[in-house]
Amino acid sequence: MTIMTKEMSAIPTRTLKLGLTLAMLPELEQLLGDEAIEQKTADNILTLWIDKHQLIPALSLLKSIPEPFNFLFDLYAVDERLRLDKALLPAKDFTLVYQVLSIERNQDVRLKVALEDNEHQASITSIWPSANWYEREAWDLFGIIFDAHPNLCRILLPPTFQGHPLRKEFPCRATETEPFTLDDDKLAREQNALRFNPKEWGMDESSADNDYLFLNLGPNHPSVHGVFRIALQLDGEQIINSVPDIGYHHRGAEKIAERQTWHGFIPYTDRIDYLGGVMNNFPYILAIEQLADIRVSERVECIRVMLAECFRILSHMLFFGTFAQDVGQLSPIFYLFIDREKLFSIIEAITGARMHPSWFRIGGVAQDLPQGWHIMMQEFVDYFPAKLDEYEVMVMQNSILKNRAVGIGKYDTQQAIEWNISGVGIRATGLEWDLRKSRPYSGYENYQFDIPIAHNGDAYDRCQLRVDEMRQSIKIIQQCIDHMPQGNYKADHPLTTPPRSDRSKQDIDTLIQHFMNVSWGGVMPKGESSFAVEATKGINAYTLISDGTSSSYRTRIRTPSFPHLQMIPTMAKGLMVADLIVILASIDFVMADVDR
Amino acid sequence: MIILYEVLLVPTSVLLLLLLCAAWSTWLERRLLAVWQDRLGPNRVGPMGLLQVVADMIKIFTKEDWIPPFADKALFVIAPMILMIMTLLGFAIIPFSPNIQIANFDNALLFILALSSLSVYSIMLAGFSSNSKYALLGAMRTAAQMLSYEVFMGLALMGVVIITGSFSLNDIVAAQENYWFILSQPLGFVLFLIAGVAEIHRAPFDLPEAETEIVAGFHTEYSSIKFGMFFIGEYLGVIFISALITTLYFGGWQGPVLPPIIWFLLKTGSFVVFFILLRAAIPRPRYDQLMRLGWTVLLPLTLLNLMLTALWQLTLGF
Repeated sequence: MTIMTKEMSAIPTRTLKLGLTLAMLPELEQLLGDEAIEQKTADNILTLWIDKHQLIPALSLLKSIPEPFNFLFDLYAVDERLRLDKALLPAKDFTLVYQVLSIERNQDVRLKVALEDNEHQASITSIWPSANWYEREAWDLFGIIFDAHPNLCRILLPPTFQGHPLRKEFPCRATETEPFTLDDDKLAREQNALRFNPKEWGMDESSADNDYLFLNLGPNHPSVHGVFRIALQLDGEQIINSVPDIGYHHRGAEKIAERQTWHGFIPYTDRIDYLGGVMNNFPYILAIEQLADIRVSERVECIRVMLAECFRILSHMLFFGTFAQDVGQLSPIFYLFIDREKLFSIIEAITGARMHPSWFRIGGVAQDLPQGWHIMMQEFVDYFPAKLDEYEVMVMQNSILKNRAVGIGKYDTQQAIEWNISGVGIRATGLEWDLRKSRPYSGYENYQFDIPIAHNGDAYDRCQLRVDEMRQSIKIIQQCIDHMPQGNYKADHPLTTPPRSDRSKQDIDTLIQHFMNVSWGGVMPKGESSFAVEATKGINAYTLISDGTSSSYRTRIRTPSFPHLQMIPTMAKGLMVADLIVILASIDFVMADVDR
Repeated sequence: MIILYEVLLVPTSVLLLLLLCAAWSTWLERRLLAVWQDRLGPNRVGPMGLLQVVADMIKIFTKEDWIPPFADKALFVIAPMILMIMTLLGFAIIPFSPNIQIANFDNALLFILALSSLSVYSIMLAGFSSNSKYALLGAMRTAAQMLSYEVFMGLALMGVVIITGSFSLNDIVAAQENYWFILSQPLGFVLFLIAGVAEIHRAPFDLPEAETEIVAGFHTEYSSIKFGMFFIGEYLGVIFISALITTLYFGGWQGPVLPPIIWFLLKTGSFVVFFILLRAAIPRPRYDQLMRLGWTVLLPLTLLNLMLTALWQLTLGF
């Protein structure tokens, strides 16, 4: 049985690349019987509403069939209480969404479970260890209780926080709440909550023969790249146990998305992975364009790819420099910063901004490329590879660095899949999985480039792969320079925001559209759309639920760094504090990307 | 008059000059690192930024001298003083030129080894009295690192002693009149250099204060002038080790044409620059790797060097 709203069925979907139906999964069909309800979504991911008791059998089955769906891509909740077309969906008060992915099949399945308010759901941490943080997040932000979860407590918000902010009744603006006060009682409560009690963190205070040292690494530590805290249980300098503590950079981006217009949220995406620049606009814009079926010109696609690859290089450059710095090599970071400046000046010439250009638009990009852009870009493409070779010799072939990084923080492909690792983290284990190849978007299928892989899955390989990826990105940029197509930098679609200015100054229809889009905000068609791109740090995906209004009903931002940090305890166990620093450096995370 | 000169004028001027040199070597380091790292470094205060040191001094003297409430106050205050005193005392026996030397006594090298052992206390006490975990980790690393590297620092020196037959630095300089000991003791020199870097815990052996790992290590809790003492103490250490290398392996103040003191300063200065270059170039090994290197590679090499020198001296010497 398939439920489709009138609006949903009216959406002409893009060509199906991943078209999967329940009939293609006979085992699952048999298990679910007639009870599953299929929902049509703009992204054509098989979306099934199932009974909450069928969830664990269904997920276990999906994980165990041949060519399994063994990658827990995302887990999030939706507050359905204010949905406008709720009657058409089998939704109750809340929905839990489990998106699993099969790398071998290159397909996704999305399972949805409808829950009443205060209804519990069984935890799936026994199937996927990486579900731990996702379920904690769902509890933290929605108040959904997971039974049999090992440690269901706050993750993004402080332990003393009251309420669950992604619930619709929770105020979005500070002006809607009482003014903030901090009286003595509250201060004492907050201070008390900061007291470190090893038992609460699941650590023993002493073993049979000695007491452990508890070290609070962060949230302000030179090597944690932002505000990230790890509680360490040490025996001398050896790590017995480590517990990451995140949330210090949480800004409620998903809540803000429910308040901003579709167009107005673009600058916020830039600041999710703040080193990724337009790479963050990419999945958001593509998800919207998929939802509204906006088709952009080849020129737009090529410009987007070029800029995204520039930001991949920029992010990897910073990674490369800080990796060397964290190992104690002080100079490379300066050389790389100088080269980043060169690339930033090109970004600035094209977009007018440097780190956060917010330059992609719904249906295009903000401006056409400036005259002479290819000269600047060509200069950089000619200049950088030789420099990169030099830096590679300086850093990667240094024997002290090799001694520090080889064999440190090692895991295999199976572990990487269990822990939801994407990007370089999984490619370093020998799996060639890059969305630019496996699910080409924005015309990536037209470019010649390789996916560098390594086989040891250690810190050294992760660093080496990023160096290799920079070379591939240079190759892609060269192809963009050589073959930049002609065409419009904005699509002729009523939802293109803002519409082309030469048109809006000429005809009243476009002017009206312009006025509506910038004053009220464009209205996206109803539906659900998810888009994943290979971002700088792994797979970044935006899932958008539209109720047919000028802003998103629910925006889910799936960031790569969030699950990556969850694996730290597994990677660091038994190593030294200095090794932990190398592991942290090799993951290449940004706390804004983790906490959103 | 001569007594006044020897007792007051020389020590005071040497002391003052040393402190100034140590202070300006911070400027030198920052400018040189900047040159090697393609940036400018401090160049705003005074000509070529030379007065940056003065500005830094004013800042560091006027900062709040804070002693953490959880620290052991007496030890916390004494620790940086020990470092300063021990490092400065070391200079007393360095022959800067034939007639500029504060004290000349026969067992000068043993005196140096004793002083460097004592300065370990400074860092350990700083780490333990701070009562902070990062400081404690730093102190633990220091204790292990300095104690193990001191063993073969002393042994590396013995090669020179065997050739000269004396512990006195004046005799050692005098014995290098025909050729420098770098020629007869190349291995000993390299080993002493490595041990020297480890002793003054400069990069790449700066594990006790590895900022990317344990914040600032043993001096995490220090501020104001007490931090300044550790800071200047580190540069004094760099100058001291450079002066010692010059004296032991590069003929001390000896050299043609130029006056002895200039030769001494030139040689010492180039080693100071070398230490700064090391910091710009090399990453930091892990603590256990450093220990393993010390005990399994460097110590046997030092013993080998010692035996070869002794053999050479017995068979070819007189």
